Amino acid sequence: MDLLSLFPEWVLVHGPAAIVVLPLMVGALIALSPSEKLSWATTWFVTGLSGLMSLGLLLQVISHGPIAYAMGGWKPPLGIAYSVDGLNAPILLLISVIAFVCTVYALPSVIAEVEPEKRSPFYAAFLLSFAGLMGMVVTADAFNVCVFLEVSSISTYALVAMGSSRDRRALPSSFNYLIMGSIGATFFVIGIGFLYMQTGTLNMMDMARVLQDIGPGDRVVQLAFAFIVIGLGLKLAMFPLHTWLPTAYAYAPSFFTAFLAATATKAALYLLLRFTFTVFDPSWHFISNALMVIIAGLGILGMLAASLQAIFQSDIRRVLAFSSVAQVGYILLGIGMATTLGLTAGYLHILNHAIMKGALFLAVGAFWYRFGITKVSDMRGLGTTMPWTMAGFTVAGLSLIGVPGTVGFVSKLALAQAAAENGWWWAIGVIVLSSVLAIVYVGRMIEQAYFQPVPKINDKYIKRNEAPLTMLIPLWTLALASVAFGIDSHWPTSLAQGAAQVLGDGPILLVRETMPAIPAIPSTGGH
Amino acid sequence: MKRARKRARANKMGRSENQHIILRVVAKLLIPLIAVYGLYVHFHGDYGPGGGFQAGVIFASSIILYALIFGLDEAKRVVPPSWIRVIMTLGGLVFGGTGVATWLLGGEYLNYTMFAPDSTHAAGQHWGIFAVEIGVLLTVTSVILAIFYAFGSRGGSRRPNNAPNLSDEDKS
Repeated sequence: MDLLSLFPEWVLVHGPAAIVVLPLMVGALIALSPSEKLSWATTWFVTGLSGLMSLGLLLQVISHGPIAYAMGGWKPPLGIAYSVDGLNAPILLLISVIAFVCTVYALPSVIAEVEPEKRSPFYAAFLLSFAGLMGMVVTADAFNVCVFLEVSSISTYALVAMGSSRDRRALPSSFNYLIMGSIGATFFVIGIGFLYMQTGTLNMMDMARVLQDIGPGDRVVQLAFAFIVIGLGLKLAMFPLHTWLPTAYAYAPSFFTAFLAATATKAALYLLLRFTFTVFDPSWHFISNALMVIIAGLGILGMLAASLQAIFQSDIRRVLAFSSVAQVGYILLGIGMATTLGLTAGYLHILNHAIMKGALFLAVGAFWYRFGITKVSDMRGLGTTMPWTMAGFTVAGLSLIGVPGTVGFVSKLALAQAAAENGWWWAIGVIVLSSVLAIVYVGRMIEQAYFQPVPKINDKYIKRNEAPLTMLIPLWTLALASVAFGIDSHWPTSLAQGAAQVLGDGPILLVRETMPAIPAIPSTGGH
Repeated sequence: MKRARKRARANKMGRSENQHIILRVVAKLLIPLIAVYGLYVHFHGDYGPGGGFQAGVIFASSIILYALIFGLDEAKRVVPPSWIRVIMTLGGLVFGGTGVATWLLGGEYLNYTMFAPDSTHAAGQHWGIFAVEIGVLLTVTSVILAIFYAFGSRGGSRRPNNAPNLSDEDKS
């Protein structure tokens, strides 16, 4: 591939570590930065560089297959391995590109929303959160996942709380998220602990190999799976475990909400895929049952219940947050089918939903930036007062509904096809019903903006007051991406198929090729 | 009444000067010992139990003891909060920088062997861990102190460093 030759050899070899180390170290450095402009520029540069490296890694994976990296030169089953394959390379690119695009937007938004002396620490925490998400996705070591999960979570709590200079409710919502997130992380660690107890290894591939020997009958392995699913379920806002999400999204600084909504749940969804399909074996009865009943079942419940809740919210950000829970439901439905088509559709929706929900939250931040608008009823006349911002919002909103020609349609169609192939005709009904609910909650906002008169102040109509270009460009980048990938969905679909193939290959394949055979360490209890 | 007047006089002379003499003398004896013990735990970490994490906590606790006996303001004069932020970062950078150094030497991230590739007794590993542990020591010490300062001064970072502390003088 021609584009690939542009990347230096070093990036393709050391990239898996560099995309995590770079933001982590620079994040520490800019905590000391005296100037917020400097912090912003550095953040922008670092996320951009990570994006480029992720692109290089993705191209390398597509043309040459998986990349493995041994941290510290310790060979994988013993040392910490980082690996990039068809499953996580697109997520890495997604996270870093969304971070890069959102950082442009952060310049005006952070000045408006965060106290001056907290701005440099804000960017530092953002880079830590970003590094944590990248680390969660790139690492192939189960305990390393927990570490990065905490790195990203703790900085996320701080960032959500920084919304308090705009709205004090950010503090209780951040605390709520802290409690729920810590419970989630604890469940996840307990699950990993049980797996370690049974397999004696923390390397995911090695774990998968040993688990194959242990087999599905082992109670501890079953328990570990339950803990991991619940822990990740909390992190990815699986329907009844989603309660932290609406308030956290609503009161965080708007730039960070956009980033969080587009990436944080996606990284957890990736981990769910990684563990369920490549560490455990989806053909085991308790896992196939869990996929069908719990993952798909809760996904469907979330699609309906959260969409219904979204309709009755008065705060725009809460509408979109509940819609996020519903959209996670679509993804879970795709995963729950556990067929190649279903996984492709679910994975595709991970990418597509990030693009459109990012755009929507960026637009909402711009509404607040210009007019202080947070309520749906205050959106009156926004089609006239902020035409470009509102148009971007509308494009992304239509995508959320699933109008043909947008990414939302592509992934919903793929999901419906997968359901049909699986014989789940009722699921198609649910997808349509949930889309109808989406028409209601998105339509409600669009109706306010375009069909209600512009509000008057002192008998004068409010003048047009467009968002600054630094906000419009990121917003429209994502909005146009949602149309472009909606019209020509070849590239994201091929990425999703690549990921589904990795998942379909199951746990064994990678192990045989890259791992030297080391016998399982018998579990001895003790420490 | 009498006691209150006595306390007011003590305050005027500097509360810590007159009260808790035994505590002050014992603390003055102990604090350097604790600090040295922290360093012992740190450097002993190469050969036995110990290392930067534990040493950092012990070292920080010596300063916390100082703060408990002589007051938070005194402690902040000895170890200013502005330093702490720098040291915290520095520690992270020493750790991360060790990895960057191994990159520059042509190895994997944190591959300490690169520091002494020809050594037969893994001297590179020794130097690498030594560097990394110093980073850990710096960060852990300063983070523990930062947490203590944040809880101790109640207002947290919201308050400028030179603001008066919540002490008896403020209340009257």
